[in-house]
Amino acid sequence: MSKHRIELRAAPHQHSGHSVPTIMRNVVYSLLPICGFSVWQYGLSALALLLTVTATCLATERLLNRNANTLGDWSAVITGILLGLTLPPAFPLWMAIVAGFVAIAIGKAMFGGLGHNPFNPALVGRAFVQAAFPVAITTWVPAFSANRFSEFVPTTFTAPLMIPPDIVDWVKQQGVDAFTGATPLARWKFENVTASAHDLLTGTVTASAGETSALLILLCGAYLAIRKFMDWRIPVAVLGSAALTAWAFQLYDPTHYPTPLFVLLSGGLMIGAIYMATDMATSPVTPVGVWIYGVIIGVMTVIIRYFGGLTEGVMYAILLGNALTPLIDRYTQPRVYGTGNKEQP
Amino acid sequence: MSLKKEADEGITFDTFMEGVWRQNPVFVMVLGMCPTLAVTVSAVNAVSMGVATLFVLVSSCLLVSLIRNLVPKEVRIATYIVIIATFVTLVDYIIQAVSLSLYEALGAFIQLIVVNCIILGRAEAHASKNPPLKAVINAMGMGIGFTIGLLALGATREILGAGKLFGFSLFGEHFQPWVVMVLPPGGFFVLGGWLLLFSHMRSRSEKGAAHE
Repeated sequence: MSKHRIELRAAPHQHSGHSVPTIMRNVVYSLLPICGFSVWQYGLSALALLLTVTATCLATERLLNRNANTLGDWSAVITGILLGLTLPPAFPLWMAIVAGFVAIAIGKAMFGGLGHNPFNPALVGRAFVQAAFPVAITTWVPAFSANRFSEFVPTTFTAPLMIPPDIVDWVKQQGVDAFTGATPLARWKFENVTASAHDLLTGTVTASAGETSALLILLCGAYLAIRKFMDWRIPVAVLGSAALTAWAFQLYDPTHYPTPLFVLLSGGLMIGAIYMATDMATSPVTPVGVWIYGVIIGVMTVIIRYFGGLTEGVMYAILLGNALTPLIDRYTQPRVYGTGNKEQP
Repeated sequence: MSLKKEADEGITFDTFMEGVWRQNPVFVMVLGMCPTLAVTVSAVNAVSMGVATLFVLVSSCLLVSLIRNLVPKEVRIATYIVIIATFVTLVDYIIQAVSLSLYEALGAFIQLIVVNCIILGRAEAHASKNPPLKAVINAMGMGIGFTIGLLALGATREILGAGKLFGFSLFGEHFQPWVVMVLPPGGFFVLGGWLLLFSHMRSRSEKGAAHE
């Protein structure tokens, strides 16, 4: 007997064979190398931050879904890890708990759980703490400091609701030469100094916990794309349009605007394009819509970076793209087979 | 005829408590959101706004109720607006005379009490159909309910946004202010949180009533 059989039911008829937990679990696996690199680079503080945020996300998910256990779909783990990776490594843990709670509660559970959230939950959490604690979220620490595996950065264990201590003296004790305390993007914006592509690729720059090594993020993203757990067109559209926009600006004024390579490799563009813009619940589903969505994010990122008050624009660009997703989906519906034929009377 | 009948109904405790609890303007009817979101960055501002609205509400409802049989139906809204605007102008000058700093903090929102839908709504729905005493008691409940709502928002936003309550520091000088709470998004977050709490309580009490 043939294994093919006819099933009568509503579309879609073709199933990829992947369930939501499978996809989510693989995304988590692909994030682990990035987490490992982050911990190797920033030490105990980054580890504590990632664990705290993920635990908060899981606890919130459990607390707000008492009737159905939704921990098994792994989505809260992804939100937690991604949120942790976008925060500065020495971010006070109590603020990280606030961020994790907001991400799951306001970013996802409020809208009805996984699949109903209009915005990427991790970015909602980050946007909230960005607005609430603007100083703490722009306090960076040097990478590869000598004592990173034996002591925490003083800000990590700030008492709840209190201002984190000043870490200027602590940074001096670490014996780091010429630490500017600014990300490559901030240095470009305010001092017109661009970091070398080599430093950006290998992650030896000041940044959020997980946006450091562009090369590693690309490799992990490639794994997901090859296993078809991610729509490769979104990162390609985001990165391509960002590079093109940056190239156009550089043609206009090479002395002021940085190279497209710097734009691609600096800040959170890489992790944003690969892991956050591709969130299935918040990105379009139509083939044309996906390209439009990616281009909007890429162009907006460069525009916010160049002309906005903030140094980094990926977060708001993606949130904007998320907001436009229903509209894009609506206007790019493919023609249904057998309808809309012009020849017909 | 129906007007007469309603007017004959007695004044119960619920006439007052309707606005405070069952029909709370902020948490249940979700009316007057413009001042609710805009001026509640601190508890003092919130209470001042609430009391100003309470005064306008009670005075207008009294007057509307007194002249309810004289005003032709066709021009009643215009009449209510003129009455409300008169009392708002009074409040505007009183606040300016009492505290200039408060006047500046509340800004245009004092004048905007005119268009607060709670006041027009009460005048139209209650005061124009009820005798003066009942209208005043009901308006008082509504005004107090509105003030409680504003205070709940203002206190939450001041505690998180500045670490203070009515200007007194709660957590010492090392408190980390949640900047977002004194910004407009904070108003929406806090309002959403309170609405969530109240609808949760309501659904629980309804469930409890169904079980009994």
